[in-house]
Amino acid sequence: MPFLCKRCSRKAILKRPKTGDTLCKECFFELFELEIHETIICAKLFKPGLKVAVGASGGKDSTVLAHVMKVLNEKYHYGIHLTLLSVDEGITGYRDDSLETVKRNEQQYELPLKIVSYKDLYGWSMDDIVKQIGLKNNCTFCGVFRRQALDRGATMTAVDMILTGHNADDIAETVLMNLLRGDIARLSRCTAIITGAEGSLPRAKPLKYAYEKEIVMYAYFKKLDYFSTECVYSPNAYRGYARTFLKDLESIRPRCIIDIIHSGENFAIKSSVKMAAQGSCSRCGFISSQEVCKACILLDGLNRGLPRLTTGKMKKAHRSFAQNNKQENGEVTSPAD
Amino acid sequence: MPPRDIRVEFAGGVELLFDNQKQLDIPISKFHDPSHPAKENLTYTVRDLLQLLKDRYLKQRLELFLQGDNVKPGILVVINDCDWELMGGPDYELEPGDRVVFISTLHGG
Repeated sequence: MPFLCKRCSRKAILKRPKTGDTLCKECFFELFELEIHETIICAKLFKPGLKVAVGASGGKDSTVLAHVMKVLNEKYHYGIHLTLLSVDEGITGYRDDSLETVKRNEQQYELPLKIVSYKDLYGWSMDDIVKQIGLKNNCTFCGVFRRQALDRGATMTAVDMILTGHNADDIAETVLMNLLRGDIARLSRCTAIITGAEGSLPRAKPLKYAYEKEIVMYAYFKKLDYFSTECVYSPNAYRGYARTFLKDLESIRPRCIIDIIHSGENFAIKSSVKMAAQGSCSRCGFISSQEVCKACILLDGLNRGLPRLTTGKMKKAHRSFAQNNKQENGEVTSPAD
Repeated sequence: MPPRDIRVEFAGGVELLFDNQKQLDIPISKFHDPSHPAKENLTYTVRDLLQLLKDRYLKQRLELFLQGDNVKPGILVVINDCDWELMGGPDYELEPGDRVVFISTLHGG
């Protein structure tokens, strides 16, 4: 006997992980979009005329985000100007294929696309970096550079806000990761729908309450064009364990994902905990919690042929950076320590 | 003639475990296990399909597809365009002409 839709009694096609409700295809589309709309409205994310770039990788989350934002902007008259913004890390066999998907999305959704590449921004593609440093720590470079590359791309195209495709599962995973690392500062801000320090470009996550299962089912039933493959360079093992753990929990009790986010949102951080103030980098001007941002430190290491130094202890890296700067400025330095 | 095969599709990255094949048509006769002749003429479930995929088709990294005798959490199964959680999950009895799609949610977004 087939299950029926909880709202309209047509044949159900989906069991919702968040509630256990059964829904037909039409009601699923409607509710999925409506809940994202409600997330946007509750957080007062937009005002008319805002220029908003969707960070687009060609993967499922950002493809669904771009599609839903286009639908909602028309349906609810947000009056925002949407564009697509992609980062080309320069990874042959991975990013070149997914960028083709983004280019098709540009046509399908009629949204202007801007691609910024590591090669152009930093002088190094990820392929170049891996040649130089090998497969250890390369993800550190990629992660740090990507964050800033989106900001730079957004600045170039004069947008006011970046949207990213982080979904509920990603956020629950990040809460767990920050808990496991004791990273209190990130723990306290990782569930926020908008991040970005004052004066820097805000980033928002309209899919923060959308389950990965529903995102993938939405893409499946809407027949959206997305790209899925593993990065050819090594994945983050620690995050992989956290992800498997979370998926195992979800298979027993699907609500756990929304409950972890709820916990993350309501942690009270003791006032005695020191938080790094977010400011801007003295060298490149982009967001940083240190005087010089991590992207500049890493890039400096690469350009000096000492990349390994910069992925180890950051204190040492900052010291090395400062010393090198002094030398460049003709100052006398103490013997190497 | 009505179809006698089970159509199996892989998406979202699962196809990488099957030599990049996105689609398989598996005749019901392939489910018949000669070492267990008693099972002839019986029905076959999705659980049997998983076993068959594991034994005859899976090319690499079993642990990314199966966990025990079930699919790995994070891989969605859609039977005839319906969430398998509404169809009895691994106990769903397959019929010729059925279309079973495996979609990974575990790959980067």
